[in-house]
Amino acid sequence: MALLEAFDVVAGYGETEILHGVSIVVNPGEVVTIIGPNGCGKSTLMKAIVGLVRVRSGCVHFRGVDISEHNPEQTVRSGLCYVPQSDNVFPSMTIHENLEMGAFVRRDDYRDRIHEMFQLFPDLQPSARRKAGSLSGGQRQMLAIARALMLDPVLLLLDEPSAGLAPALVQSVFERIRDINATGVSILLVEQNARESLRMSDRGYVLSGGSNQLEDSGPALLSNPDVGRLYLGG
Amino acid sequence: MRRVFSQAQQSAGNLRTPLRRLGPALSAGRVSVLIVAGMVVAGLLPFMKLGLVVNGLIFGSVIALGAIGLTLVYGILKLGNFAHGDYMALGAYIAFFVVDGVLPRVGIEGAGLGPFTFGVPVLVALPLAALVVALGAIALDGLIYGRLRDRGAGTAILMMASLGVAIAIRGLIQLIWTGDTQHYPRESRQVYHLPMDVRIPPDGIFVAVVAVVLVLGLYALLNHTKMGKAMRATSDNPSLALVSGINTRHVVWWTWAIGGAMAAVAGVLLAVVQAQLLPIMGWKFLIPLFAAVILGGIGNPYGALVGALIVGVSMEVSTQWINPSYKPAVAFAIMIGVLLARPRGIFGDSP
Repeated sequence: MALLEAFDVVAGYGETEILHGVSIVVNPGEVVTIIGPNGCGKSTLMKAIVGLVRVRSGCVHFRGVDISEHNPEQTVRSGLCYVPQSDNVFPSMTIHENLEMGAFVRRDDYRDRIHEMFQLFPDLQPSARRKAGSLSGGQRQMLAIARALMLDPVLLLLDEPSAGLAPALVQSVFERIRDINATGVSILLVEQNARESLRMSDRGYVLSGGSNQLEDSGPALLSNPDVGRLYLGG
Repeated sequence: MRRVFSQAQQSAGNLRTPLRRLGPALSAGRVSVLIVAGMVVAGLLPFMKLGLVVNGLIFGSVIALGAIGLTLVYGILKLGNFAHGDYMALGAYIAFFVVDGVLPRVGIEGAGLGPFTFGVPVLVALPLAALVVALGAIALDGLIYGRLRDRGAGTAILMMASLGVAIAIRGLIQLIWTGDTQHYPRESRQVYHLPMDVRIPPDGIFVAVVAVVLVLGLYALLNHTKMGKAMRATSDNPSLALVSGINTRHVVWWTWAIGGAMAAVAGVLLAVVQAQLLPIMGWKFLIPLFAAVILGGIGNPYGALVGALIVGVSMEVSTQWINPSYKPAVAFAIMIGVLLARPRGIFGDSP
């Protein structure tokens, strides 16, 4: 059974409808990438799945439960965590406090989890008492991902994790994503670095104008001449 | 929670940590502002009457209790609450109701407890007023502000709504307690005479101690409890707080509870130091409150504390040279000056 299944999702802001019926599936253990031009609704789809934007019609099922009407707190509790593209840390709080906020709904002792995050992202540990607002772009992105991992999610949604990072850091972010996936966490990500991202993806979707355009395995999309011409820069 | 926190302190507890933490706190802009402020104060110090400075610190602690609540509500709810002064007045009047109408029936009466002008009844009424205003502030949010937020109302609409609430509360106070001056039962007391012509009324010491205790309590809450940290997180980044699973509804309730309770205490203390209650007392207090909040950097509770003490001392010391009835104008001048010169305030983050 699919882990996440969004079916014919319609969503938008105010009068504007951005998604006109998008369907995607993430199976257990998969890395799935969504690519598409700016403004095609990739970020809106993520917000609709997590509950920040209301699903107007269609439905979202996660682990067999309809979560279309869930608020973000309920979604997060059910094991689906999300890293926004920008403003994804609490800048006036320390790294350690950011991680604590990631674990907000946990009632158990999560010190081990914080320790695991410091092992996964060794850059964060020496500056655990530093304010997140004073971190570099790369460190900030690592912290944002670590915050979302505090709840031990089953599925992690990443909105452009490599946006605005230097090429060397982009590589290391993708390596971390691969590491996270290797621990059994399924990953759905939106990426501008489409080539890099599809290379490590099991499957990919191409969105355009708020609708599905293509769906295929990562390698197949990479070698598809139309996709190459339109979205991978030739 | 506490244990997790202390573990992090140990893991980062090397000698360089304090210095590294000072680094961002002492940005060039902040240092220059503090140096200029320090020079102004040092230049004026020989001419200031120390007694007025002490009065200013006492008055400033009352401002601080109001301003901290105001700045918390702004930081978390993005609401410039024009009714905050009237929450203070409401607190003062609820305490008056308890002192005047309830406690005498159960035999609790009196004034002039020890060195203070007031008695046990005010001490009993103080927490009760704080509780009632805290609950009232939560109820008003559910009734008015919460509904407006759900409809996507912006900052301006929320502010206008709070203006309406301010007028309504004042009207309610006048309806119930009339517009006449009231006061808590009091007995006059000797002020303490200190060297250098400093005179401290014992009530002033009480006011300062209550303010210090509440500020320390708030500091502990914001830094060492889960809800306090959730409040800071929501103030930092509301949508990330939502997707972290923070129950922002509870955060809103706690914010109003703390802001309302501190406002009520400020109102009672103001009524004690001014030795009277008037329905307009809270509304008139808005300018010092906003001046303190803006001076300290909007949304920053520690900034509001420092801002409040500066505004309080400035207002009192100004009476040395200008007519005391211009005191609110001094607060207003500070507010305008900060808005023109450094709109983000002393402790505001860099834009």
